[in-house]
Amino acid sequence: MAKLSISDLAQIKQRASSTFQLRSGQEPVDIKGHKHLLICGGTGCHAAGSQTVRDALRDEIAAKGLADRVSVVETGCNGFCAMGPVMVVYPEGTFYVNLETKHVPQLVQEHLIEGQPVEKLLFKDPKSKQFIPLMMEIPFFANQQLIALRNRGLIDAESIDEYIARDGYTGLAKALGEMTPDDIIEEVKTSGLRGRGGAGFPTGLKWQFCQKTPGQEKFVLCNADEGDPGAFMDRSILEADPHSVVEGMTIAAKAIGANAGYVYCRAEYPLAVNRLQLAIDQAREYGLLGQDILGTGFSFDLSIYQGAGAFVCGEETALMRSIEGKRGMPRPRPPFPAVAGLWNKPTVLNNVETWANVPQIITKGGAWYASIGTETSKGTKVFALTGHVNNIGLVEVPMGTPLKTIIYDIGGGMPKKHRKFKAVQLGGPSGGCVPAEHIDLPCDYEEIAKVGAIMGSGGMIVMDDSTCMVDMARFFMDFVQEESCGKCTPCREGTRRMLQILEKITEGNGEDGDIETLEELAEMIKESALCGLGQTGPNPVLSTLRYFRDEYEAHIYDKKCPAKGCAALLEFQVDPDKCKKCGLCAKNCPVQAITWQKKEVAVIHRDKCIECKTCLENCKFDAIY
Amino acid sequence: MSLARKLTPSAMPDDVTPQMVKKIDKICAANRGKAGALIPVLQQVQEVVGYLPIAVQERIAEKLGVPGHDVYGVTTFYSFFSMKPRGRHVIRVCMGTACYVRGGKEVLERLERHLDVPVDTTTEDRRFTLEQVRCLGACGVAPVVVVDEDNHRKVMADKIVDLVEQYQ
Repeated sequence: MAKLSISDLAQIKQRASSTFQLRSGQEPVDIKGHKHLLICGGTGCHAAGSQTVRDALRDEIAAKGLADRVSVVETGCNGFCAMGPVMVVYPEGTFYVNLETKHVPQLVQEHLIEGQPVEKLLFKDPKSKQFIPLMMEIPFFANQQLIALRNRGLIDAESIDEYIARDGYTGLAKALGEMTPDDIIEEVKTSGLRGRGGAGFPTGLKWQFCQKTPGQEKFVLCNADEGDPGAFMDRSILEADPHSVVEGMTIAAKAIGANAGYVYCRAEYPLAVNRLQLAIDQAREYGLLGQDILGTGFSFDLSIYQGAGAFVCGEETALMRSIEGKRGMPRPRPPFPAVAGLWNKPTVLNNVETWANVPQIITKGGAWYASIGTETSKGTKVFALTGHVNNIGLVEVPMGTPLKTIIYDIGGGMPKKHRKFKAVQLGGPSGGCVPAEHIDLPCDYEEIAKVGAIMGSGGMIVMDDSTCMVDMARFFMDFVQEESCGKCTPCREGTRRMLQILEKITEGNGEDGDIETLEELAEMIKESALCGLGQTGPNPVLSTLRYFRDEYEAHIYDKKCPAKGCAALLEFQVDPDKCKKCGLCAKNCPVQAITWQKKEVAVIHRDKCIECKTCLENCKFDAIY
Repeated sequence: MSLARKLTPSAMPDDVTPQMVKKIDKICAANRGKAGALIPVLQQVQEVVGYLPIAVQERIAEKLGVPGHDVYGVTTFYSFFSMKPRGRHVIRVCMGTACYVRGGKEVLERLERHLDVPVDTTTEDRRFTLEQVRCLGACGVAPVVVVDEDNHRKVMADKIVDLVEQYQ
């Protein structure tokens, strides 16, 4: 393939225009009657068997002689992972969920031949119990606004032509062909884009610092070391739209004067690494990476660096140490990476989601981006909505969208009727819990910080009232402790001590004064730790203490776990007043430690009980204590 | 007497075959002198040998021309590198937040009881290595268990034993 020029991009786009008319719901004349089946090929759907469904569909379509007008396209992560494998049929936009190979013959016969959607495979709204055939009428999708995720489920993630057809590399062409480095930085500053990795530093300003630092050699890095448990937007973007990251990084390279870049990606994301590598190879082949990009004389190339399993490497200075092949330990700042980063050269580092926004900002203008969002937080944010919520998946909404809209309108509320919404955890191990009383909170950087959490990378874990907040704090402290690199004492020793106290409390051995010690340690670690990991590590404890202090006190003084989460504080007895004699506990007990007969209260035999809590999970009447 | 005492190299374990050593040397030769090559080299060598015993680390240090303590330092820093032999099948239970609140902890406890080993160890017959992993990014289908290369989704504690028993 010859290297492309700017006009070649327009031609590729022209060639594919009817494809995308079809996928936007129109019926283009030249391919009238054609159908595109876009089946999700993200990690979640792969785990659910989407590849075998894809192959079965292709076989069945060929067998029925439909291959000339029906094509099956594997997309990247669609973001609605819990319902996987999911598939959209265009031009209608019919959305199918939980597909299995056994459904394929019926689907091909009824939908593709007879034109009737298969009702039982459609999405069923958990609230109204109605089937919703069209993707854009499903509240989960209808209430989102896509910028970073704009190509999800819509393009073949492994086709550069499809990316180009969706205005891909238009931003790059504009940046290289029409703009000076100062123009690019000005545009990004106008957009108000802030770092989506967590800290929210203004992206344009960061680039400007690096641009102004003199140096022959500079680097552009992408942080794809998505380590926050419960966040998966970076994985999704790399799997569904890897070119958007390549394009964003190349634009920044032009702005700061860099000729080389790295994507530091977790080794836990094999599919993302493969798709990104493919994207880099394709971009090189088209001359969109390498020497003399688009014939403009500018040169830039990218390579992937795979992490080896260390959460702290998400911290920028640690990440750079890791690329240098060393133990990934942070160093004090300043100097900041914009001045002395990778191999001590000026370096710009942004995370995947930030990069994915950049091409759109250049194409459509900073003012357009700044028109979305709130006063201080512009644009959209992708949240990974998980936990105790009906619709689990990736949600992209304008900054400032209330929590309530995300959890109830998009997320569909709590899945278990007898459970109430208790809190939502934002920002992972660096963040905090936002309790039910703040459900109307608008999600932007400042508002979230006011209630004691952080935006972080956008992990949003919904918890119902079966979640013990002390155990949650212990979980995060265990995480931080395990991942502490050991370089500075406050983080290495302080988090260990905090973890020991939390373990003691959840095991029923809490003492008077424990809460105060936790608070004292937390403040000290926050003030004195070397890097962001330690400085924010105590946040989950502080925020649960702020809103759920009574739960800590119940553990310590009454030796009770109000949420019934801590096994050591449970008696494993059945309350005869609450027991409805349904027998579900006995049926589900894995070690047959519960005896039950019709119309009688169940009895748990402690000598056999292994305290696994399966009975508590199955009891709908809260009768086991 | 010189303070710098020459240490005798550690003996190569029996399960590291001469063919493997040849491959290690080849990987090192391809990366010698390259900046930042150590981590990719360790990743490739672990794929060949299965783990990184001290003798292998010494070999890498010698062939790459880097100090042994750098190799050891990096090996012990990153959780992907193991100095102990691993089982034929590696079970990785996700303990990310979403999996944790949806029952990942119970899954792990059930496996520890069933395999009769604590997490991060290998069964005596070397059939299984049980590990926990921090978020696989498949939160939408939590709790997630990965056996070798297979992702299993929505794995509840009462199903896990049947699932792992399929791996011989």
